Amino acid sequence: MALHDSQIAGALTKASVLENLGAVRAMIRRHKRNDIVFAGIGLLALMLGLLTLLTLFIDLVMDGYPRFNLQFLSEFPSRRAGSAGLLSAWVGSALIMIVTFLTAVPVGVAAGVYLEEYAPKNWFSDLIEINVSNLAGVPSIIYGLLALGLFVYGLDLGQSILTAGLTLGLLILPIVIVSTREAIRGIPVAIREAAYAVGATKWQVVSDHVVKYSQGGILTGVIIGMSRAIGETAPIITIGALTFIAFLPPSPISDVAPYLNFEWLSSSFTVLPIQMFNWLSRPDHAFHINAAATGAIIIMLTLLMNGTAIYLRYQIRKNIKW
Amino acid sequence: MVNTSTPLKAESKDLNFFYANGHQALKSVNMPLYENKITALIGPSGCGKSTFLRCFNRMHDLYPGNKYEGGIVMHPDNTNVLAAGVDPIEVRMRISMVFQKPNPFPKTIFENVAYGLHVRDEKNKRVIADKVEEALKGAALWDEVKDRLNDLAFNLSGGQQQRLCIARALATDPEIMLFDEPTSALDPIATANIEELMSELKNKLTILVVTHNMQQAARVSDYTAYMYLGELMEYGDTDTIFTRPTRRETEDYITGKFG
Repeated sequence: MALHDSQIAGALTKASVLENLGAVRAMIRRHKRNDIVFAGIGLLALMLGLLTLLTLFIDLVMDGYPRFNLQFLSEFPSRRAGSAGLLSAWVGSALIMIVTFLTAVPVGVAAGVYLEEYAPKNWFSDLIEINVSNLAGVPSIIYGLLALGLFVYGLDLGQSILTAGLTLGLLILPIVIVSTREAIRGIPVAIREAAYAVGATKWQVVSDHVVKYSQGGILTGVIIGMSRAIGETAPIITIGALTFIAFLPPSPISDVAPYLNFEWLSSSFTVLPIQMFNWLSRPDHAFHINAAATGAIIIMLTLLMNGTAIYLRYQIRKNIKW
Repeated sequence: MVNTSTPLKAESKDLNFFYANGHQALKSVNMPLYENKITALIGPSGCGKSTFLRCFNRMHDLYPGNKYEGGIVMHPDNTNVLAAGVDPIEVRMRISMVFQKPNPFPKTIFENVAYGLHVRDEKNKRVIADKVEEALKGAALWDEVKDRLNDLAFNLSGGQQQRLCIARALATDPEIMLFDEPTSALDPIATANIEELMSELKNKLTILVVTHNMQQAARVSDYTAYMYLGELMEYGDTDTIFTRPTRRETEDYITGKFG
């Protein structure tokens, strides 16, 4: 805004002050218009994404509504749409998630901690860092092909729950590594130095402090990774999941010591999204209802897992202030 | 100028220090550290006083590329703590540190003080409890926290947190305690508490303190070193430095003409 003549002259009469004030107010109004314009555009952008998802979800729920009952969860798939259920699919998904969790978490956390705390900082570790981030963006079907070659044929693990769990574990590994590193980076230098200053070794600092204080962030990454894995279809199809399974894998818990058995690992399986795909590809509309119900369940499961992640992070962060 | 009747606890000999970017932050620093005395390091920002302090417990080793030349020799064992063969962990076991901003761990009050003992593999619960109590008493914090040792350290006030950090540094019976501007984040009352505490602590150990606060140096220290641009400009007993400094620069800094 141009300076008023009277200001330049240095003589501020009452009239010139009022006139100047009017000009300042007009300017502020003009500048604030941008706020309103952007807030509108931003809200629209937000709604575009959110409403689409919400519409999709409501549509699925409305279509699948007739099948929302316990029977749907306790029945095997069937030729008759009305009595077909998700039992083998959700048990398959759950068992695979166990394998995924047990492989991705220790490997991912160890790799993240190593990269952040132990790896020397040079061009090689930079290269690894870039590649880990890139791995998170590799299309999942590529992981499926890798798993087919490595786990199914190379290691001869077959088209089993173990293979699927390892594949998905590999798929979410970059997510776990990246979130571990981010959580570790959030720990202030002052806390680290405090631990070193009393004579702690690197391992003591890592195990007593770094891993403990980054639990919240690591857990969030793990759960978000798992909620991605549970909806993955392409790599599971690639390694050869069956689309129609009317039996359950052997139970992981046995009634004789050591009360665990591992036969289920080599069992064939199906998972929720594949069951959904299978029903969707049938011409009979009755099966489409089942597919919609499965879709709604997968979305709810994902929301539930993400919600749990947020809740756990809040609970853990509550006691940590810096 | 230099007292010869007091035993030496440590001395820096021709100490040069280079940061990873090649910047030489310390230039041939020679300074004694007398036992059971408080030595204050003063000087304008960037003069290298914190850098010098952090050489004593080899904090610079945490960041790659930093380089020491010369030595800091500890007595009575004549160990050069900067020597390549000396493990920085061993040095930190002997020389503890209190930082500028209170930095308690996000753990309980008890766990914070006991951490140094945990690091030293002390497993005896009775010994740990006794040591924690002794350290908290030594840091003049016991009466305020004895009923809530299992509270989180973050629930303490800033001044209490800093005394907790002193207790943590004290629990392991260090020979030397380093203070890096320990009161710059505290209010005047908390500052007075810490200064009083330092004067008591020197009966047990040797103290090296960096301070920006001229009055603080004059109040608490026995010896004062004035640093400028990585060099030790003047060293002497505090009364002399503050009343009859030999160098013009020292006088200008102390009287506030510069700094």
